[in-house]
Amino acid sequence: MKPLDTKKGYQDYVDKKSPNSPILKNCFNAFWVGGLICSIGQVILFICKQRGLDTQTSGTIVSIILIGISAFLTGLNIFNRIGKLAGAGSLIPITGFANSIVAPAMEYKSEGYVMGVGGKMFTVAGPVLVFGISASIIVGLVYLIFNSQSITLV
Amino acid sequence: MQKIGKQTIKFDNPPTISQTACIVGPKESDGPLAKYFDQCLEDEFWGEDSWEKAESKIIKETVNTLISKSGIPSDKIDYCFAGDLLNQCISSSFGLRELNIPFFGIFGACSTFVEGMSLASVFVESGIEHAICASSSHFCSAEKQFRFPLELGNQRTPTAQWTVTGAGAAIISKSGTGPFITHITPGKIVDMGIKDANNMGAAMAPAAFDTLMTHFKDTGRKPSYYDAIITGDLGYIGKEILIDLMLADGYNIKSNYNDCGVMIFDKEKQDTHAGGSGCGCCGSVFSGYLFKQLKAKKLKRILLIATGALTNSTSNQQGESIPGIAHAISIEL
Amino acid sequence: MEFLQSFDWMQLLKCFVVGGLICVIGQILIDKTKLTPARILVLFVTTGAILGGLGIYQYLVDFAGAGATVPLTGFGNNLAKGAIEGVKESGIVGAFTGGVKASAGGIAAAVFFGYIASLISKPKMKKQ
Repeated sequence: MKPLDTKKGYQDYVDKKSPNSPILKNCFNAFWVGGLICSIGQVILFICKQRGLDTQTSGTIVSIILIGISAFLTGLNIFNRIGKLAGAGSLIPITGFANSIVAPAMEYKSEGYVMGVGGKMFTVAGPVLVFGISASIIVGLVYLIFNSQSITLV
Repeated sequence: MQKIGKQTIKFDNPPTISQTACIVGPKESDGPLAKYFDQCLEDEFWGEDSWEKAESKIIKETVNTLISKSGIPSDKIDYCFAGDLLNQCISSSFGLRELNIPFFGIFGACSTFVEGMSLASVFVESGIEHAICASSSHFCSAEKQFRFPLELGNQRTPTAQWTVTGAGAAIISKSGTGPFITHITPGKIVDMGIKDANNMGAAMAPAAFDTLMTHFKDTGRKPSYYDAIITGDLGYIGKEILIDLMLADGYNIKSNYNDCGVMIFDKEKQDTHAGGSGCGCCGSVFSGYLFKQLKAKKLKRILLIATGALTNSTSNQQGESIPGIAHAISIEL
Repeated sequence: MEFLQSFDWMQLLKCFVVGGLICVIGQILIDKTKLTPARILVLFVTTGAILGGLGIYQYLVDFAGAGATVPLTGFGNNLAKGAIEGVKESGIVGAFTGGVKASAGGIAAAVFFGYIASLISKPKMKKQ
């Protein structure tokens, strides 16, 4: 049978022919970079706690600092190199969220500061907020329903 | 001019390619073909404030270089065919708006260069003196339009191709000393249902196969007739697929076949994954490297098949497959 | 010195391992499923919100600290936790205000720093 006989056959043939991502190497890099970013967060968290800040505030400070670092590195054209090495290691931590806002903002600067930067800023990260916030509202509503019936969910 | 076979045109008075020119970006300047290009840019902005403007400047300066190299006064050039990857061929329109030559904007994705050459040769055969064809692409503007922002920290898959920053242009004339365009085989749209925008080579290879087979059947030629068979931008994966597909139908093209996307970058040193792509890929490799090989008589008969992936970001997001196209021209001394 | 002595090294190790493993899950999804980065982020934030709503994610936060809160699942968890707090405080309105309130710092910082970064710097070609 020739590869071009059917679409399905061709897809299978192409899948076999195309090299796979070096998944072990990628996972290793994702592991240590991701772990490192979280560890930086942990150190900041620890310093905040030593200064007597509560958990919620400390957590917010960690987010703001990591987002700030990520935005700074993106602006210096360094973050994409980290991302190339680490893949999910820099994408999954909050740094990836920040990068996905800063990158389009910079990219669309040439289309102006209002509709370019302001409008395109959320092209990649917008869905995260849409789904994250919607999910939280649903969680809140479900919690409300269960609690009003005096059933404890947790 | 006569039609032979299913879809090939044979020229009675084969038009000449009198001159070519090309300008490429910084990454291509580090590649193995750097010494063949007319101008190598050090910076992808080229003094402009956006990539789109830089791309327009590249195609504009390429055509200017072409005209001055050829020595043909620009008012003697009758028509111009040009295209690129950006929406509504905007780089070509902006780049060539001050050229004062009747202009046809053409789109064939990465096959644009050969599409332009084919149309120009038909015009020339029909009686005009000179026609220009040109095409351009820019890595940054293409990434912005088709993929992700440049600063996004994502990984490219091993099958992804690297859009060439650069432009190629050629002037096709009625009379001259060659190389001559003897046949053109415009291709059909072929869609084998590939949806992965990061594997363009696989999406385009069936179209290249179709055009190549048709060309051989229409002309009665064999692969060995040509010193080189060069595809536009199938890249490493598409190249291997095409060799396989041809072999399955009894044609062995392994010994004299190569691909512009494979030739333009050093895969290991430049980390370009599956090789180069874009309108500028075939344009600059032909205008820079292949034309000079033909002129030096190192190659005497080549078959150039530019391949294009007919997709845009909307169709891709809507889950449509990626149809491919391939146009072949046979260039002989 | 005092800082280093009082530092909880065990906690840091747990944070490193858990944070790293969450990223490895993301990497496997990227390499095996061809999901785009935006979809991966959505998947993680939603998963975090659901696990947070069920109260399961809190165990991971207690165990790994920043290793669980820094990845985007932590962001989702934070949203869900905030919504539940909001409901406790002000009923149905809290379901709408709580989530965003709890993660307002991060969202505002990303928007603000993003705008600033785009003002002062230009994107460059990848040297890869």
